[in-house]
Amino acid sequence: MKFWRTPLDIDQLKIPKGDVHILEERCKGCGFCVEYCPKGVLKLSDKFNSKGYHPPVVIKPGECVNCDLCEMICPDFAIFCLRVEEVNKEVASES
Amino acid sequence: MSTSVEPAVKKEHPMEKILRMDRIPHIWCPTCGLGTVVTALATALDESEIDLNKVAIVSGIGCTGRVAGYMKLDSFHTTHGRAIPFAFGMHVARPDLKTIVFSGDGDLVSIGGNHLIHTARRNADLMVICVNNFIYAMTGGQVAPTTPITAKSSTSPFGNFEHPFNLPLLAASSGAVYVARWTALHIRRLTKAFKEALNKRGFSFVEVIAPCSTLYARRNKLGTGLDLMKFYHDNCVIKHGCDLKEVDIDYQSKIIVGKFVDIEKPTYIDCLNKGYKQVFGDKYKPYGGGDGNNGN
Ligand SMILES: Cc1ncc(C[n+]2csc(CCOP(=O)(O)OP(=O)(O)O)c2C)c(N)n1
Ligand code: SF4
Ligand code: SF4
Ligand code: SF4
Ligand SMILES: [Mg+2]
Repeated sequence: MKFWRTPLDIDQLKIPKGDVHILEERCKGCGFCVEYCPKGVLKLSDKFNSKGYHPPVVIKPGECVNCDLCEMICPDFAIFCLRVEEVNKEVASES
Repeated sequence: MSTSVEPAVKKEHPMEKILRMDRIPHIWCPTCGLGTVVTALATALDESEIDLNKVAIVSGIGCTGRVAGYMKLDSFHTTHGRAIPFAFGMHVARPDLKTIVFSGDGDLVSIGGNHLIHTARRNADLMVICVNNFIYAMTGGQVAPTTPITAKSSTSPFGNFEHPFNLPLLAASSGAVYVARWTALHIRRLTKAFKEALNKRGFSFVEVIAPCSTLYARRNKLGTGLDLMKFYHDNCVIKHGCDLKEVDIDYQSKIIVGKFVDIEKPTYIDCLNKGYKQVFGDKYKPYGGGDGNNGN
């Protein structure tokens, strides 16, 4: 990551990591999430869902910063993101 | 990190607690902006930690008018133009509830225009969200009192020639104590405005410019809803507190957005209590949580 000036607490800063979940059947292929993801994590796929739309796919796994922008801008409630630690914790507690 | 389509654990979308999932997928077209505005309201409700049993939502008729039916709140789908008077009656009967009106530009400022100005004049404690897509979408894209000059609609095929309303100016001059305008693209600022409006005592009015892809964008050859979102990105200018005479919207030109009004004024119920207390003295029991001393 490029900084305008090196933050004083750079060694304590942790870049959050997210896990994107795409509810393919609910998607209407508008491309809002693809256009506005600040990390370019998503792309519209070539495959069709059963309504005939192209849902997004993750093309840069590992680069999602859990900013939730895709989740907030999606007009169809078809994509959401969870913090990776959160996911791991819940997986652990459920098993 | 696992970035899979199938979640490792069955996860539900965070909005599911505020939406009626049995009604989703919604009826809105691909690239319509309405769903994004709903997410902003759901997020604002969630982050405000309001008791959802104390929130009611009222819509009129139109594509935007479907919103109340998708929210897991006390939801009311009223007749065309009557969302505000319905909400006002409910607010007076149940002032303990936070009542939200979520409807379209045609519903709120055309057939419902008189209700809007008089309820703002009374400063009733209501939060009004007006989605302005510049058109009567649900009925086939007819001209609305918000259609910009020269924009085409099914009833202005050669371009509209009527002066449109400037909605923030209308709401503020009628008496609203909180007035803001954002677009469906400004999701974080819009969510913040919704949170501020939820916490405001009195009549708050938030205009949200949102893409109608199927009728407005298509008839005017503006592309899809995504193209309109990109247009908002390139053409919105944030001017908090600016002179409302400047915020007219011309066809495909700069859109001024921001928080324009945030003032304090006695509400309808404050004035009702004070008015009756002055007449009846201690015999009058103040209503709706007030003490009868805050009115005009
Ligand atoms: C009394 C009455 N008149 C007219 C109509 C037809 N009608 C339904 S929705 C609508 C306009 C809706 O426009 P708007 O409020 O902007 O909502 P949008 O569909 O654009 O979201 C009209 C004229 C009606 N349902 N009832
Ligand atoms: S959470 Fe942010 S970074 Fe991750 S995919 Fe969504 S928009 Fe991109
Ligand atoms: S924003 Fe939602 S509906 Fe649009 S492409 Fe992305 S997931 Fe699909
Ligand atoms: S007609 Fe326009 S406003 Fe109505 S759902 Fe379709 S895109 Fe949205
Ligand atoms: Mg409309």
